[in-house]
Amino acid sequence: MSLLEIRDLTASYGVTQALHGVDLSIDAGEIVALMGRNGMGKTTTVKAICRIIASEGTLRLGGTDLHRLPSHRAARLGIGLVPEGRRCFRDLTVSENLVATARPGEWTQARVEELLPKLGQRRDQRAASLSGGEQQMLAIGRALMTNPRLLILDEATEGLAPLVRQEIWQAIAELGHSSGMAILVIDKALREMARIASRAVILERGRSVWSGRMDALDEETARRLIGV
Amino acid sequence: MIPERHLNIAVLMLFFAVPAWALIMDEPFTITLATRAAILALAATGLNIALGLGGLVSLGHAIFFGIGGYAMGVLAFHAQTYTPMQLGGFEIAGTKSMPVIWLVALVASGIAAVLVGLLSLRTSGVYFIMITLAFGQMFYYFAISWRAYGGEDGLSIYVRNDFPGLNTLDPIQFFGLCATLLCLALLVFWRLARSPFGLALGAARQVPQRVETVGLDPVRLKLVAFVLSGMMTGLAGALFADLNRFVSPTMFSWQFSGELIVLVILGGVGRLMGPLIGAGLFVTLEHVLGDITDFWHVILGAILLVIVLFARGGVVGLFCGKARPDA
Repeated sequence: MSLLEIRDLTASYGVTQALHGVDLSIDAGEIVALMGRNGMGKTTTVKAICRIIASEGTLRLGGTDLHRLPSHRAARLGIGLVPEGRRCFRDLTVSENLVATARPGEWTQARVEELLPKLGQRRDQRAASLSGGEQQMLAIGRALMTNPRLLILDEATEGLAPLVRQEIWQAIAELGHSSGMAILVIDKALREMARIASRAVILERGRSVWSGRMDALDEETARRLIGV
Repeated sequence: MIPERHLNIAVLMLFFAVPAWALIMDEPFTITLATRAAILALAATGLNIALGLGGLVSLGHAIFFGIGGYAMGVLAFHAQTYTPMQLGGFEIAGTKSMPVIWLVALVASGIAAVLVGLLSLRTSGVYFIMITLAFGQMFYYFAISWRAYGGEDGLSIYVRNDFPGLNTLDPIQFFGLCATLLCLALLVFWRLARSPFGLALGAARQVPQRVETVGLDPVRLKLVAFVLSGMMTGLAGALFADLNRFVSPTMFSWQFSGELIVLVILGGVGRLMGPLIGAGLFVTLEHVLGDITDFWHVILGAILLVIVLFARGGVVGLFCGKARPDA
């Protein structure tokens, strides 16, 4: 049984239906890329998984039906979200951001700082005063401190300098190799996805239209469905 | 700007120096004023947990202050009249013991805070303010109609309650008692603000939805803060009743809830010494300006206006700057 199991997931914003049937599964220790052009339902899928918006269909984590849980209970079940737009707690320091969300497990502040050394260097600095890349690293660190079974990274490198992007992809790849965590990455960077993810699911108009191994994703399909 | 820690030490030194000076100069009234400031600071420190750490603008904190006051009043009344209370077929004796009264005040105000919090924390912003205000008015009018304990006229307690080993009628000893409890409350606030709970509460104040996605329930965080806050304010109510040896429905009034907010804003919202500075200033202005004019609240209002317009961090912000400057 997969750690995350999604079948025929639908969701709406008021009268506008955003998801028309998403199928997606991730096993423990696997990195899966969720791809698609802008407005195709990637972030809505993430919001549905995290129970930020209501949805219908099959949505299970480790066999538990997430539809029965409020957002914070779903997160406590083992979902760590790195949201779009580096949303840290701006008035807290780096260290406080990490401590405030910590739950017992193998990911401690020391281990997070080992994976993301910049956070150790900026420990006492307010999150609001960090650079974009550092804020993104903090968002990843904060999610890791909740000791998730499933880590979701929503556009984790959007708007960042190429060097910083490399640093973040490196950290995510290390995470995939060193932990048994399942990782769902939402991104349009095909080359990086091919390097770190084993499988991809592509969404179009709120439906999963392609699913398979990364090495099976040909250029023509990528250009047509992702636009790269 | 001076470091906040230095200001805190200076404020605490001044807080203890004034009654010490009054003791030497044989000015018991000044000691009583310092005691009043200490008790108001204790109540405002309670509010500072909800307002400063949790961002909850409560116009109903007088509920807990009043409950603490009436816990003292009712228990002491039955003790001084040698009549037991009738509670659901049980007879309960009154008491003049301060520790027992404090415990009752803490438990009763804690229970009230759970009930008020469970209902009011489902809302936010102006609705939260209105619901807490409505609860406050309910308690206020209940106290007015509670004839068994004086109704509108309130209840006088002739002798101050007892604390083992102390003469509580001696102003400096009673001040010592109140100051000790205030210091303990400040310690609780200081530890709370730096604890994972306090940090999560601060995060929930900024963006409630974001803390949900990391597995924290913002309503539960705020409820715990609200209950702790109410209990601290309830304890202050019991002390205030003992200071005046009198309880009345005005302890439940929304004006008092407003005064508590004023104290916190004057000193500095969310700052450790904000409530003590606010209470010290309030009592000083009340005493000094009150001697000059009956309309001293007008001057207090003008000072508050200046603080809100030009020094949003209150007096602490004026001397020490923002609570969290960019490093």
